[in-house]
Amino acid sequence: MRKISPSEITSKVKELCIRAACELGSDVIFALEGFRGKEESPLGKEVLDQIIENAQIALKEDAPMCQDTGIAVFFVEVGRNAAIDGSLEDAINEGVRQGYKDGYLRKSVCDPITRKNTNDNTPAVIHTRIVDGDRVRITIAPKGAGSENMSRLAMLKPSQGLQGIKDFVVNTVREAGGNPCPPIILGIGIGGNFETSTILAKEALLRNIGTPNADKELDALEKELLEKVNNLGIGPMGFGGRTTALAVHIKTAPCHIASLPVAVNIQCHAARHKEAVI
Amino acid sequence: MANPIKITSPLTDKDVEKLKAGDKVLITGVFYTARDAAHKRLIELLEGGKKLPFDIKGQLIYYVGPTPAKPGRIIGSAGPTTSGRMDAYTPRLLELGLKGTIGKGQRSQEVIEAMQKNKAVYLAAVGGAAALIAKTIKKAEIIAYEDLGPEAIRRLEVKDFPAIVINDIYGNDLFKIGVERYNIRRSNKTKLPKGESYA
Repeated sequence: MRKISPSEITSKVKELCIRAACELGSDVIFALEGFRGKEESPLGKEVLDQIIENAQIALKEDAPMCQDTGIAVFFVEVGRNAAIDGSLEDAINEGVRQGYKDGYLRKSVCDPITRKNTNDNTPAVIHTRIVDGDRVRITIAPKGAGSENMSRLAMLKPSQGLQGIKDFVVNTVREAGGNPCPPIILGIGIGGNFETSTILAKEALLRNIGTPNADKELDALEKELLEKVNNLGIGPMGFGGRTTALAVHIKTAPCHIASLPVAVNIQCHAARHKEAVI
Repeated sequence: MANPIKITSPLTDKDVEKLKAGDKVLITGVFYTARDAAHKRLIELLEGGKKLPFDIKGQLIYYVGPTPAKPGRIIGSAGPTTSGRMDAYTPRLLELGLKGTIGKGQRSQEVIEAMQKNKAVYLAAVGGAAALIAKTIKKAEIIAYEDLGPEAIRRLEVKDFPAIVINDIYGNDLFKIGVERYNIRRSNKTKLPKGESYA
């Protein structure tokens, strides 16, 4: 067994919180620049320019790219031969506490009923999986509410099939309009059950833009859906234009013979995710 | 694209009359920040027959909850939040002379009608461009509800704050006009690709 101290996890998480808020991934910037070249709407072009310039300022000044520094979502893979000397959950939450305080990030977590702010952005949302090996892989994907609020889940009938899935995705984007800060990225989870589909959808967002789906048929479906949503004309910030989505990412899992769950997790252009391996 | 129109806030009827959906504007002057929790308190004050913590006549409200300011900075990152969450409160404030709101995303029909009736405009800033927008904020002070943290009401002084007119007083809506212009009309039932086996 390889021993891992909770304090090591805490300091890594702290660093990940701050880096995720201030450093937009090069895959997103590359995609934004590509779509900027193809955008037909003059206003849309200006919006994309502002977004790219904003990412550069954030990187240079260590400033959060968006004021909504999100609820901190983690995907953690714990090697079966890694022995964490304490509570993984406590170690992560302490890292969030320190990162959001010392990084001057916004504390955006509150009680759902009283709306009282917890004032340290905890608790984080943590998804844990046991894997082979003796390492711990921590991926943070802080999520703002603008795009999360426009995300949807449908329990379709199996008879609605592929066409039903496509219609649901396109309608979700149409109804979201300018609210989720387009250009967006769509994480789509198909199958599993009620809760699995939503986790698949969020996990799908972790894939870098430009990396094709390993499944050829899903890859074709991603491309078709991207074209469909970009034909809606919503455009950057909903002002009208060609660039509504930068990418569509799909993950699937087998489901019950009577079910067809489809989850659409909308991600704004501040598509933040960073990972570290301990 | 046409050059942006420079406006100074607070605004007069004359100022809003010249604004059209789709116009780019640069705002210089004062505006106030408020989000969900602050709006709830403002409306509770009005329902209790009390005065608002600032004179709302002619003012602009910016829907924002900034990140904390780093030492030596005026404010943290400060981009717009989704305006639709404030729809329930906005008509009441428009009746009192609020001249405009700044946020992102679409407004309800009720708010759009109240804006026309009370001669007010809705502007959008670029969501997520929070570090860039913060550079146009020259002064920030909390004037009410400090306990709400990022949701406290702040008085901001801005210079050339960039925004787009979404709803003007003539009933035009950039979200409708813009999307209409770039929507590719075609049957939703395009032929299924190889992925058909998933059906």
